[in-house]
Amino acid sequence: VKPQLVVNGRTRELGEVGGHVTLLEWLRESGLTGCKEGCAEGECGACAVLVARDDGQNGTRWTPINACLVPAAAFDQQEVVTAEGLGRPGRLHPVQREMAERGGSQCGYCTPGFVCSMAAEYYRPGRHPAASSSGQQGASGQNGAAGQNGHVNGGRPAAEDEHGPNGFDLHALSGNLCRCTGYRPIQDAAYALGQPEADDPFVARQAEPAPAPAATTTTSDQGRYVRPADLTGVLDLLATHPDARLVAGSTDWGVELNIRHARADLTIGIDRIAELREFGFGPDYIDLGAALSLSEIETRLAGRVPLLAEVFPQFASRLIRNGATLGGNLGTASPIGDTPPALLALDASLVLASAEGERQVLLADYFTGYRQSVRRPDELIKTIRLPLPLAPVTGFHKIAKRRFDDISSVAVAYALRLEEGRVASAQIGLGGVAATPLRAVAAEEALRGRPWTRETVADAAEALAGVGTPMSDHRASQAYRIAMLRNSLLKFFAENQEEVHS
Amino acid sequence: MSKGYGPLADRPDRPVVGLAVSHESADLHVTGDALYTQDLVGRTLGTLHAWPVQAPYGHARLTGLRTEAAYRVPGVVRVLTAEDVPGLNDAGEKHDEPLFPSEVMYYNHAVCWVLGETLEAARQGAAKVEADYEQLPALVSVHDAIQAGSYQGHQRTVSRGDVAAGLERAAYRFTGELEIGGQEHFYLETQAALALVDENGQIFLQSSTQHPSETQDIVAHVLGLSAHQVTVQCLRMGGGFGGKEFQPHGLAAIAALGATLTGHPVSLRLNRNQDMQMTGKRHPFFATWEVGFDQDKRLCALRATLTANGGWSLDLSEPVLARALCHIDNAYWIPDIEVVGRVAKTNRPSNTAFRGFGGPQGMIVIEDILGRCAPALGVEPHELRHRNFYSPGQATPYGQPVRHAERLEAIWTQCTERGDFTRRQAEVAAFNAAHPDTKRALAITPVKFGISFNLTAFNQAGALVHVYKDGSVLINHGGTEMGQGLHTKMIQVAATALGVPMSTVRLAPTRTDKVPNTSATAASSGSDINGGAVKNACDQIRARLAMVAAGQLGVHPDDVRFCDGIVTGIGFHDKQIAWADLVHDAYFRRVQLWAAGFYRTEGLHWDAERMQGEPFKYFAYGAAAAEVEVDGFTGAYRLRRADIVHDVGDSLSPLIDLGQIEGGFVQGVGWLTLEELLWDESDGRHRGRLNTQTASTYKIPSFSEMPPRFNVHLFEQATESGVVYGSKAVGEPPLMLAFCVREALRQAAGAFGPAGWSVELGCPATPEAVFWAIEAARAAAAAPRPAPAYAGV
Repeated sequence: VKPQLVVNGRTRELGEVGGHVTLLEWLRESGLTGCKEGCAEGECGACAVLVARDDGQNGTRWTPINACLVPAAAFDQQEVVTAEGLGRPGRLHPVQREMAERGGSQCGYCTPGFVCSMAAEYYRPGRHPAASSSGQQGASGQNGAAGQNGHVNGGRPAAEDEHGPNGFDLHALSGNLCRCTGYRPIQDAAYALGQPEADDPFVARQAEPAPAPAATTTTSDQGRYVRPADLTGVLDLLATHPDARLVAGSTDWGVELNIRHARADLTIGIDRIAELREFGFGPDYIDLGAALSLSEIETRLAGRVPLLAEVFPQFASRLIRNGATLGGNLGTASPIGDTPPALLALDASLVLASAEGERQVLLADYFTGYRQSVRRPDELIKTIRLPLPLAPVTGFHKIAKRRFDDISSVAVAYALRLEEGRVASAQIGLGGVAATPLRAVAAEEALRGRPWTRETVADAAEALAGVGTPMSDHRASQAYRIAMLRNSLLKFFAENQEEVHS
Repeated sequence: MSKGYGPLADRPDRPVVGLAVSHESADLHVTGDALYTQDLVGRTLGTLHAWPVQAPYGHARLTGLRTEAAYRVPGVVRVLTAEDVPGLNDAGEKHDEPLFPSEVMYYNHAVCWVLGETLEAARQGAAKVEADYEQLPALVSVHDAIQAGSYQGHQRTVSRGDVAAGLERAAYRFTGELEIGGQEHFYLETQAALALVDENGQIFLQSSTQHPSETQDIVAHVLGLSAHQVTVQCLRMGGGFGGKEFQPHGLAAIAALGATLTGHPVSLRLNRNQDMQMTGKRHPFFATWEVGFDQDKRLCALRATLTANGGWSLDLSEPVLARALCHIDNAYWIPDIEVVGRVAKTNRPSNTAFRGFGGPQGMIVIEDILGRCAPALGVEPHELRHRNFYSPGQATPYGQPVRHAERLEAIWTQCTERGDFTRRQAEVAAFNAAHPDTKRALAITPVKFGISFNLTAFNQAGALVHVYKDGSVLINHGGTEMGQGLHTKMIQVAATALGVPMSTVRLAPTRTDKVPNTSATAASSGSDINGGAVKNACDQIRARLAMVAAGQLGVHPDDVRFCDGIVTGIGFHDKQIAWADLVHDAYFRRVQLWAAGFYRTEGLHWDAERMQGEPFKYFAYGAAAAEVEVDGFTGAYRLRRADIVHDVGDSLSPLIDLGQIEGGFVQGVGWLTLEELLWDESDGRHRGRLNTQTASTYKIPSFSEMPPRFNVHLFEQATESGVVYGSKAVGEPPLMLAFCVREALRQAAGAFGPAGWSVELGCPATPEAVFWAIEAARAAAAAPRPAPAYAGV
């Protein structure tokens, strides 16, 4: 079978795209120019499209991703919908209609991407109108009435700021940037959406299974893309090509491709490999498949790991989390990834697999230097394993300029056990303060066994401020990073003072 | 019919202007059908792609350039160098901006361009070009330039009265300085041009440009052609914000040169990183000041020096500086004043127009002064601001009467009332008393912004309106669409002037062969001047049709009324003619059904050397109040609520104006709080490099910066006489409404300190900058006796 995919309901041949043609480039060259390049690194969302993904329950979820980051080859036998495919002028999709009528577009360049992100949230099965609270009827459904002389949105409580009366989660749009509108009319459009009609074809499609992954090989003059059928195929290929580039969500590699023009002779697609997508919640540990997207993990954990539940909304954007994987976040061994501090605090282990077999390493022993780890070139991360029971007092502090979709200057994750007013155990993971993510051992020791009091915390905060080797760069100064380490623990204490009594 | 505001401002019955309608391209935007310059490439056969060779030095002499190796890359077609330029090697009009430089003037400056059959081939070819450089010392910051005495253009002074005497007279005197950060435009669509050689050697250029006529002029002089041999079209832009007023020209010229030399269409599009590395931004400014207040805490004198970091060439730096000098007063009467302005020449991309055009950098100086001095004067900041407002009859330091100063007062009052300012102040105080680690603050600031180009000649515009035999109308004007809704407003103006429904009117993309000698779509003037021209053309056509209709209706031509596609006599409607029938009839009577319209803004004069005159047609006014909450542990903050009252005259298009106000405000919030351009100022190898040159390191506002409560009110009964249908310009002024957010952050940081503590706050006020302001305030609170930040004299 020739590599092909279904775009907006029509089957198109993929062609010999190799590993370096992105889905965005491919779509635009196919004439679908609604999909735009705004930044080429997954920050702006102008390239967002919908792909049909397995929902974990034998159905499909319309999942928005950044088309600029992913190899087109990864979509062999898959289904993609762009803004052009949602509706046409004269018969707009409900999302398009709300955006158009409420002033949601000005220059229009970011709009097709917004429309795709918004449509995915429109079709999210769990999106239901909030239970109408008394006295709020006036506000629900008519937030943001734009009249002849301005706009007033009433007194929505702050806690509801990020969810509409129709259940729309504003975080669905956290990966889309607009430079014109100031976002208010886009929010109005999102919050005005009703439920899809019963005969909506996109709803009907969600009830059917997602397209199965296909074993794929495509070669261009710039390299080969191979998606083996199973893990054995991946490991065998990796054994003979240890310099191959493993790509799952491509949220890091896509940036390398576009911004630094990196090229790989062999790209191995591992995003749909079943063995890497397993999810297990046992009595002693939780197993998270390395190629599950963060969104999939978020859905399947459903808040059962509170520390991770706190990390997810702060990790990049929904568009990125729909592709990004724990395996990728750990595989790059970047010191500023947001999951390593949390996974360190959770005392995670990694299962590394190669053609020779599997081994388990503690995450605390995994990182060896700047973007370096104990993982051998012929190995990949198969599973992330979290031991149970979880420490009950947790927190994640991310210091960044922007609240949505930014990279940490400092990230601190806490997992503490408090017993009878004392710190029974303390695990603190840090990012952004050294060449690797690391545990704040000195601060942990300053807490362990001592009473959970302001004095203890002040001592430990001093110890925390001395951990690592923070630098000055374009995200923050060294002095600010050190101050944030110190203040993070003080803030964590302020947030958890009452825990001593519980 | 006449409401007494003059023929331009009066509206007929049931006008189409004033209706809240969506953007004219909204349906195309949301479906992805709207075409931008780069979208045409796949629709243009055989297009070549251009890629720059960028110098890895902040300042260097180019001593050698060898291109042979590039030609060995498969797919490379041509390398463009200085030798290829048949005309003038200059991307600007001041002869200080060589298109192909012999001296590298900033880090990543393009020294030549490679054309390839694919973008990949061009990129690989560019990597093979060998260039030799002799590194030179680079001036990066404005302070480097001040120390080296490196300036460009004219130094200007705005003055009135005797500033020395004014300062002597003052009961309180303060001095200070302020670093004002720049701002990347971050239009979602980066710079793009597509050139092809048309029939008979004519160059046809599709360009994402706010100034097609100037793009045309510069392409012509680079190619050694006359203007009539070059046509520039701009379909629409994916955002401009001033960044496409001057900067597209050189890029278009490269594409046109490539098309001329190869015979192929040539596409040039900067990717995001290249755009951030190579194009100019909002000017950073450095200000020093000395200010005096009298016993009543009224401003009596201001002496200041503003130094703009212009980058490597003049570009638009002089007019940007002029506008800064003309806006340092913002809304305040300053009797004795002397403000000196100069443009530093540095090794950075050439800074350029950006929404507000220097106005924001001037206005922030006085807002910063008032915010810093209020605690030392023992006055609430909002009270200090209000007390110093212009009164009717007063004039600006450059001699222009402040017409409608009373509107400022009315808008301020409305803003405080609608924002429930007094009650919320008490709430904020109560919250702060109960929360040692979190503080809130509420601040309100005014805007007065002059409308018109400072350069009088630019205040003219043209339009071309066709009525076809079937009654359909096609309009064309000199303004460009970058999302601001200009085309929507122009359709509304034409529909109003001709008395037809909006659906009768279509607007064709901006082209220099339709309307010549256009001004940039800039200075917020787009609807004022192009609207005047469109209306003028429509009025001519309507007058001719009225003659035809008068005969049929048996009335005097002056008594013919056009409304919603129906033509009647005044007062009685038993006889009526359908618009299309009248047009059809007029054609057969050989009546001209098209017209060229023209508009010039009346009453302007400006002496650019003395910096005196009346450069502005009117002032746009507004006020905004913001409430913020600041985390004392981190300096992180949230904008909780914003209330805006803004004066757009009688709105031509309320939904469009609302979008401009909200979008401008949030963009201003970005400039003042979040967006930080950081340059390598070390002595290392990469001195002069922009360290925040990607979307992942330069953060523009996202959904998280939108205030969850965002109330905007258009000031009512605001007819502006002498402007099209009584409206006012709206593009730029709302950006400066965002000052209230920075002032609220200042006050929130101050709430961690002792009473009377004056907060110095970085600009942008990033979480880190706010954190250091909090730390300073806390240190003062902890000190035995807080040292006053300023000494009264």
